[in-house]
Amino acid sequence: MKLRPVAGIVLRQFYLLRGSPVRVFPMVTWVAIDIVLWGFITRYLNSVSGSGVNFVPTLLGGVLLWDFCTRIMQGVSTAFLEDVWSRNFLNLFASPLSISEYILGLVLTSVLTSCVGLLVMLSLATMLFHLPFFSMGAPLAAFLLVLFVFGITLGIFGSAIVLRYGPASEWLLWPLPALLSPFAAVFYPLSVLPPWMQWVAHALPAPYVFEGMRSVLNGGGFPGMLLAQGALIAAAELLLAEYFYARVYRHAVRTGLLARYSAEGAA
Amino acid sequence: MSPPSADRAAAAAIDSSHDGSTTRPALRVRGLRKAYGAMIALQDLSFAILPGEIVGLLGPNGAGKTTTINMILGVLEPSAGSVQIGDFDLGRRRAQALERTNFAAVYAALPGNLTVRENLMFFGLLYGITALRRRVDEMLDTFDLVRLRDTKCGLLSSGEQTRAALAKALLNRPQLLLLDEPTASLDPSAAQLIRARIKALADQENCGILWTSHNMYEVEAVCNRVLFLSHGQMLLEGDPRTLPEAHGSSTLEELFIRVARERLTEPRPAEVP
Repeated sequence: MKLRPVAGIVLRQFYLLRGSPVRVFPMVTWVAIDIVLWGFITRYLNSVSGSGVNFVPTLLGGVLLWDFCTRIMQGVSTAFLEDVWSRNFLNLFASPLSISEYILGLVLTSVLTSCVGLLVMLSLATMLFHLPFFSMGAPLAAFLLVLFVFGITLGIFGSAIVLRYGPASEWLLWPLPALLSPFAAVFYPLSVLPPWMQWVAHALPAPYVFEGMRSVLNGGGFPGMLLAQGALIAAAELLLAEYFYARVYRHAVRTGLLARYSAEGAA
Repeated sequence: MSPPSADRAAAAAIDSSHDGSTTRPALRVRGLRKAYGAMIALQDLSFAILPGEIVGLLGPNGAGKTTTINMILGVLEPSAGSVQIGDFDLGRRRAQALERTNFAAVYAALPGNLTVRENLMFFGLLYGITALRRRVDEMLDTFDLVRLRDTKCGLLSSGEQTRAALAKALLNRPQLLLLDEPTASLDPSAAQLIRARIKALADQENCGILWTSHNMYEVEAVCNRVLFLSHGQMLLEGDPRTLPEAHGSSTLEELFIRVARERLTEPRPAEVP
């Protein structure tokens, strides 16, 4: 793997942001709206529940972590879609750029753009709603890492779907986080789900993170086993997503889909 | 009028080096075939291009020209056959082969939301070019793009976009350059200038060029050799200035029309003994 082509993919996104600063808007707006909205919901729940439970860390912390995961996914897929929208596949893949270099470039781009979103979320949640985000301590880094890997996995998987089924299938990509959110157990414990949903949820890394987060906030100590399970599933699914992308790419090269993609993009 | 055989075509190209010595081709294609199920898009295509040689790839729409180019660029997998660029087999050493290749085509415009300079920097990194800023400045100068360097490519005229695409295509000093109708959207004056520049670059950089065009005047003016494709098969090969006469046509355009309308490999009634 060479670093220059990877740098090229990242530099391109920088150029796009510099040339059109309005692209920063979606990176910060939706996460800010989410934090403000859920911040007031948690504040309201705190005032009416009378149970003494502080909903801010569990609900707002959950929103923040889940938004981070979806921003990572959207960072990867949006960078990929830039090439779909500008019909750039032929120029890209007729260059020495390898698939792994391309994907690494997309991931690094996503890290940079998602960090902006994370910073905005943390600032708002801490300043406006006094979210004790760092009170989770060391497990927080592990939670973020597992969700980061899961976000990348979803981004690569979604991009592979668009590569396989054409530009119009980008509409399958955007609802993916919403589709998975009931199974992610962001706001409730897994035990409230019916058995078949629990079965699906156990195949995703996100519920282990949120169960772990609730365990830490309830004073249950370091959720080592949950995090290990989540990390293993995240790593396995990342490998599967990369394998899937490589298979789709090979199929596209074999059938001529890649060469025709520019024309389909124009349709 | 039998089609040139695979080995003969490649050998002819190698032997045609100016000093008579054997030269390693910039491109060697052997037995290239592409089938989509029962439909055969390209059949047993073999040819070679020497360094500094400009070879025209001619044929009617659907003849297999773009299929050939896509396979040489590695974005379409051949059903059979091999592509060797310089010393590197494309199937086995894709990155090394493509580092020495580049292309420009009307259907592969540079991203319109980046400026000319940004595009050249971006593609320069993809091709691993060292001293990139200097090389980009050279290309901007060579293709009269200095005043347009900070203009987004989507805002350029067709002619300017063609020049930007050619600047990108020559960034990495390719040993092999594929040009799919590079002057299709240019006015005659701009087309003439571009042809002259590409010809000069082929000489100076010793770059082998595969050039597709439907403009037979252009092909005669630029190409050292032409390959005629029809229905996925190579039917004729030779010097564009002598080929028409050798095949009973007065001009290359007339020969092209004949090739497009009939299969020259099939004996016509007059030729049947």
